[in-house]
Order: sequence, then C-alpha cells, then structure tokens
Amino acid sequence: MSKTIVPFGPQHPVLPEPIHLSLTVEDEIVQEAVPAFGYVHRGLEKLVEKRDFHQMIQVVERVCGICSMIHAMCYCQALEALMNVEVPRRAKFLRVIWSELHRIHSHLLWLGLYADAFGFESVFMQFWKIRERIMDINESTAGNRVIVSVNQVGGTRRDLPSSQCEWILTELVEVEKGIKDLEATMLDNYTVKKRTIGKGVLSKEMAYELGAAGPTLRASGVAQDLRQLQYEAFDELDFEPVVETGGDAYARGVVRFRETLQSIDLVRQAISRLPGGETAAKVKGKPEGEVVRRVEQPRGECLYYLNANGTKFLDRLRIRTPTFANIPPLAHMLPGMELADVPVLILSIDPCISCTER
Amino acid sequence: METFEIEKKDLVRQAQTLKDGGHRFVTLTCLETDPDHLEIIYHFDKDLEISHYRMRTAKNETVPSLSPVFFAAFLVENEIIDQFGITFENLVLDFGGTLYLDDNDDISTTPFCKYGVKRQEKNNQ
Repeated sequence: MSKTIVPFGPQHPVLPEPIHLSLTVEDEIVQEAVPAFGYVHRGLEKLVEKRDFHQMIQVVERVCGICSMIHAMCYCQALEALMNVEVPRRAKFLRVIWSELHRIHSHLLWLGLYADAFGFESVFMQFWKIRERIMDINESTAGNRVIVSVNQVGGTRRDLPSSQCEWILTELVEVEKGIKDLEATMLDNYTVKKRTIGKGVLSKEMAYELGAAGPTLRASGVAQDLRQLQYEAFDELDFEPVVETGGDAYARGVVRFRETLQSIDLVRQAISRLPGGETAAKVKGKPEGEVVRRVEQPRGECLYYLNANGTKFLDRLRIRTPTFANIPPLAHMLPGMELADVPVLILSIDPCISCTER
Repeated sequence: METFEIEKKDLVRQAQTLKDGGHRFVTLTCLETDPDHLEIIYHFDKDLEISHYRMRTAKNETVPSLSPVFFAAFLVENEIIDQFGITFENLVLDFGGTLYLDDNDDISTTPFCKYGVKRQEKNNQ
C-alpha cells in the first residue's frame, strides 16, 4: 500500500480553531504527523512596543478568551514581582475564585466538544448547558461572560460581596450535580471507552521528555501542577494534583473531569476562607528588570517572561502557552493510530490555537 | 531572575547534562539586545524548580539547535526563526522560516527585531 498524505484542517468539524496537520497515512494508519500554523497569528507579544504595561493587561487577556483571567493574573504577578508590590490577601483569594471558575468553564467547554467528537451531541449540549451557569456567574460578578478583566497590577479591579458569594455557592451545587449526572456517560460508557482507551498513549517518560503540560502531562502519571507552587492563595487551600496513569485519551478525559469537580471544591474553599480587607495595593513607579512567572491554566503550564527597562513600555514580553508545549507530544502520539481516531486525539490535548500563535 | 551564562560551544552538551539529570525542557526566549546581537534564554524545569541559561549570539551567526536533545525544542526554535531570523544548526524539523509566515518574500522579515531586515536582503548579502 502506497503512502498518502491527508491534509487535516485548518477547517474541520472538531476544530474550533485552525490548525493544519499533514498526516502521512498508509492503509489508514497514521505514519507521521507534521503540524502547520499561521492562520491566526496576531503578534500580541510585539504590542509591548505600542501599549504601556497597564494597557497590556487587556492585550494578554485576549491571548485566549477561555483562560483570559489566568493570562492576566500571570502577567500581573510578573509585574508585581518586578515592582515589589504586595498584593492584599483578599485579592489573592478573589483571583483564585475567578481563575478556578475559568478552569471549570474551560473544562466544561472541552468535555462538551470531546463528547461531540465521538458523536454524543446530547452530552455536548448538556455540558454546555451546565457551563452557562458559570458564564452567568462571570457576567454577574465581572460584567463579562468570557473576558472578565478583573485583574490589575496590585490586585483585582472588582470585589465579591457576600451576597454574590452565597449565590455562587448555590449555583455551584447545581453545576456539581449536573456534572456528576454525566459521569457515567463520560467515564463508564462502552462507546467512550472504545474510542479512547489505549488511543494516543503517551508514556510517563515521553510526556516528561517531550515537555507535555497540564492534564496531558498528569494523565501520563506525572504529578506536576503549577498550583503546587502555592501562588496567590493556594498556600491556604487544600490541593493535590489530579493524576491518572493510563496516558491515553481516556485518562486525559478523566483528569479534566475530576479537575472540574476539584475546581468547584477550590472555589468553595476560597469563598469560605475569604478574608476581609482591600482588593488592590497602590502601585507606584515603573517596572525594571526581568522576571519569569508560571501559572497553571486549564490546559497546563503557562509561562510569562517580562523584560522591563524602567519606562512605561516593556522591552520584551514572551508567553509560552500550554498548547504550544503539547504540540510535540501530539505529533508523537498520532503515528500508529487509525485516521478515524485523529480528531478525538487532537481534542484530547484540548488544543487552543489562539494561545499557541498569540 | 537568576540566569547562568553559557557559551554557544557548550550549549548542547549542557542540555544533555540537564536532560540526564532529570530536567525537562520548558521553552526558549529570544531577545534583541542591540542592532547586531540577540540573547536566547533557555528555560528548564525539574520538580517545579525552573532554571534559566542565557546565551549571546550575533545575528548573522548560526546557533546549535537543542532539538536533537529535547525534541520539543523544534517548535519554539522555528518560531524564533520566523520572528528573529536566526539560523539553527541540526534542527530536526525545519519549517524554513514559514512556521507562521507565508513564503512570500515581501513579508519575509524579522518582525520581532526592532532593527529588522528583510530576509530577501539578508540572503543577497
């Protein structure tokens, strides 16, 4: 059987964003997968030459809509480190609450898309219906559904009054119930297991060596989650990384499913321990020096490098997003798989091309 | 931010030593320091501890690729080729400066350099 090159993407029903893969197949078995990019590159890092370091908060929020709050949080953490700003304790808890709400709605979005990829359209709609409650929380607490824009250098621009905290807890009861109702369908269903168990296996050693990030890394048995660094208020919350050992598409789904429930618990913990006080420290001066900060986004480790020269414009901003780190593992896991499995396997790393190309 | 200075000739050997010691590759950061020079900062991680190695290079010099040691480096090295016009030696998968950019010469510049040059002009030199 001769080899054939099958172009996959940039437009494909399972791809919410454009990525192209040149798949070399032989008898419908993938032999090689070469990724190609460049469809949505915006050069956002370059904008530091045109926008001052405060305005760049709005820019980095647009690196990725789904984890916009966490991008801004990481960027602000880096600036706060450069400018020796001590963020008020309440603001740290507020950041945890909004960032974990982001993780919940990101994972729910993914769970819906994943279900849709293997034909479970009803489950797709049910996950997205549950997700709407989180989007409502975002809108009510921050004024926007997706790009909540709550971060500023030194803390948060918004506060959560106790009435809103109580309402969030009430909503989370329904969100948790809805997710658990779908647990058997997502994790103990014959069709789902048939499509995902043993597919796209990434061993613990290869996941580590290839620099995999987030649920893709933890599903291969590596207990690494940047929240273990105890940034913001994680030093006061009970947290252990969710780890699976299968290394396949099923394990990656299980990690995200369990992390969704874990994030609900983290929001509850943060609200129950939310201290009083200010939500932002006063910030004076301009940043100078260089710094690296890392946070855990829904898709994994995100790194920000800032180089500042004491003016209002940064010299360099560099963002390493988790999907960027998960492309080499994806290229590694596809060879040997059937062509029909490729859409599910691509989705199993939860690709965000908007993040990847920035 | 603490960084370790590293010479170009020692780069691949040091990367292999780090890999053998259990480090994983995180990413590279490329900076333009002046019209003629760039710096590349190599970020590695072990047990959530991140370490940084800084290497200085002239813009017209070739830089050894880390991709033979850490395969994951091929993607960011191709990105740096697109953005800063560097040439990497022994890159395992070379997109030839078209990871993001079109292969149209009119837009084949070094967009992330303040002192950028068109690749077409560079090739003619």
